[in-house]
Amino acid sequence: MAIKILNILIVLFVPFLMLGIIKKTKAFWGGRYGASIFQPLYDFIKLMKKDFVISKTTSGVFRITPVIVIASVLFAALFVPLASSSAIINIEAGFIVFAYILSFSKFFSLISAMDTGSSFEGMGASREACFTTIVEPAFFMLLASVMALSGNYTFDSLGKIIENAGGYGILICIFAVLVLFIMILIEGSRVPVDDPATHLELTMIHEVMILDNSASDLALISWANGIKMLLLSSLIAAIVIPQGLTTGLSAVAYLVLMFLISVIIGTIESATARIRMSHVFEFVFVMSSFALIVLSLVAARMFGG
Amino acid sequence: MNWIKTKNNTKVNLNEIPTLKINDLREEIISLNKRPVGFFGKDWGYGTTKLFTILADDQNGDLYISSALFEQSEKEYESLTQVLPSFHIFEREFYEQFGIKPKNHPWLKPLRKNQKDYQFFEMEGEEVHQVAVGPIHAGVIEPGHFRFMCNGETVYHLEIMLGYQNRGIEDLIVKHPTNQLAESICGDSTIAHNLAYSKVIEILKETKITKRAQLIRTLALEMERAAIHIGDLGAIAGDIAYLMGASVFGAIRTLVINTMLEFSGSRFGRGLITVGGVNFDIDDEKIQRAVKTFSKVEKDVERMVKTMLKNTSVMSRLEKTGVVSQEKAHEIGVVGMAARACGIVIDSRFDFPDECFKNLALPRKIFKGKGDVNARFQLRYQETMESLSIAKRILEMLKNGYKEEVFTQNENLLCANSMAISITEGWRGEVVHIALTDGNSNLTRYKIKDPSFNNWYALALAVRNNGVSDFPLCNKSFNLSYCGNDL
Repeated sequence: MAIKILNILIVLFVPFLMLGIIKKTKAFWGGRYGASIFQPLYDFIKLMKKDFVISKTTSGVFRITPVIVIASVLFAALFVPLASSSAIINIEAGFIVFAYILSFSKFFSLISAMDTGSSFEGMGASREACFTTIVEPAFFMLLASVMALSGNYTFDSLGKIIENAGGYGILICIFAVLVLFIMILIEGSRVPVDDPATHLELTMIHEVMILDNSASDLALISWANGIKMLLLSSLIAAIVIPQGLTTGLSAVAYLVLMFLISVIIGTIESATARIRMSHVFEFVFVMSSFALIVLSLVAARMFGG
Repeated sequence: MNWIKTKNNTKVNLNEIPTLKINDLREEIISLNKRPVGFFGKDWGYGTTKLFTILADDQNGDLYISSALFEQSEKEYESLTQVLPSFHIFEREFYEQFGIKPKNHPWLKPLRKNQKDYQFFEMEGEEVHQVAVGPIHAGVIEPGHFRFMCNGETVYHLEIMLGYQNRGIEDLIVKHPTNQLAESICGDSTIAHNLAYSKVIEILKETKITKRAQLIRTLALEMERAAIHIGDLGAIAGDIAYLMGASVFGAIRTLVINTMLEFSGSRFGRGLITVGGVNFDIDDEKIQRAVKTFSKVEKDVERMVKTMLKNTSVMSRLEKTGVVSQEKAHEIGVVGMAARACGIVIDSRFDFPDECFKNLALPRKIFKGKGDVNARFQLRYQETMESLSIAKRILEMLKNGYKEEVFTQNENLLCANSMAISITEGWRGEVVHIALTDGNSNLTRYKIKDPSFNNWYALALAVRNNGVSDFPLCNKSFNLSYCGNDL
């Protein structure tokens, strides 16, 4: 029970802290003090108190989208193993439900962006849709291969790669983590795919889709985005954190890992430039090819003798 | 003689300027085929309009002046733009200010006024869509409307509609000729515009300013160049989300503008230059501090630029983005830094040097650029280092000699019936100020040309066939002025 409560707290608060730590890391590399790591949480509270401004050209779709987005992301969180436990809803093929709940929320953010009638937001939506179509197959390829390996089609099999894959275990783990990490950068709209700090609408992907959202709508969407990053990071945790630790220890390991991932993201954002929009696809395909490597390693293990 | 030949920073008697028929002037301009620096009208009484043309011969440092008189009934002429595209923007301006129509101008659109009548280019096709940006800018800088004609993510053409900042500053200066007005023509070129204005008025008043004042002016101009270039290097880094560059260059720029603050009480050098010299002398203690600061700035800029140039993710964004070919740049009359980045040899500090710069006898560095963002980035770096070393050299000179007053009082009236021209190389390119006086020694016409006026069209060409998301990067690499264009 305690661990369930801890997991709920993690979903509620850790996304803000991760965003805060990323910003702090960027500030560190830029030679600045930066805002407190709790700033995203303060911003959330501030935005929740504000009044809406809603464009007259929008319809009901625009109004309900933030709620749908946050509800589906929170629902998706139930299917993912967080700190030191199985998912709350741990069913066979839960990853398919997980992926499509997230797609559902993305579908609504896309049509909500187009609902505003702004040419910027339409452009952002088309970019986001493009990346999603490439990310989705890679994600399924990765998870389905890892699960086929253990014959157990729940997220629990992520932790058993080493014991099931024998000599291939380490390689599979490395590439699986890389796939998930690139996916965090894409889905979380981070550099080098997107630039969350820019004010230039023409270059934005995720940010431009929520240009018209304000107050609690904006707060919910930003929070949902943070949770999405947390969930994908949790999949990395499920692979990396060794099985058989005590509950407390693995919860600590989990939090340390979240911290590390945030620092790495922040460092990448400080040290690299963003990829040119037309070349982003090549970057996304790198992820697909890593997923293919996992698939082939698993195939080699299962059928190669 | 159909032309009167003169030099930079001189005045000519208005009566000596030949007055031709417009068709003859047109033929003359086409046969001379030089770069226009002035093409403006003046109300000549009884409903007539006089069109003055000033062409620059950059190789020899000569200026050619001629004029044509339009009778009240003459309301159109055959446009020059069809033959010499570099006149396109000048003819649009002349038409807007005096209503005399250049016939067969390819795009005779409003320049600064009547934007409601603006007819945008239209493109049709299933995949073609338009993206309208502005006039309010996301970073809340200056207003301007940009319209992209895109196919998916690729830009076919960008149309730029400006004029939101039109303050009528030329007429304001005629009414109240002050340094304060000249400083506010374009905030990031405060020194360049104020310097050009002060020179024009000094020429008309026949003031000779001291060597020390000239050195301080040149120092300020080079500091402005360094500060803006460093700031823009940071902005370019920011636009490609390379945060380290953005913050480091931002911090370095502060050192330069704070030195300016020490010299003049304003980070942008407002109030430093005045007609007759400069308002503030620089004492030895400040000189020492500034030399130290500039040495540090040189080192830091070099280190950061080298780091960026070694970073492949940075280079892949800068290279081959926003290319303006040398031929195109030459054809449309691009000036200044943007032109040098395309490999054109043009720099009015060397082409039309003033006395002080001539005495410094600096070698001219030719930049071999390909006209892309990378070229503009590297050119800015090269010019920053050059400006800092000039600044350090001038500081040494100020410390070791030239101990004299920095201000020369002169109560003379302006010379009557004259035209004075001053070309100053600001960080962006040539800043041209031209003043005309009447028989009673009053200013009757003041003409300003900021380099942005020539260069906005180069930006439109640069983004063709680039991704629409690369526009901000191209834009930042030029960093043109809205108010400098709108006046």
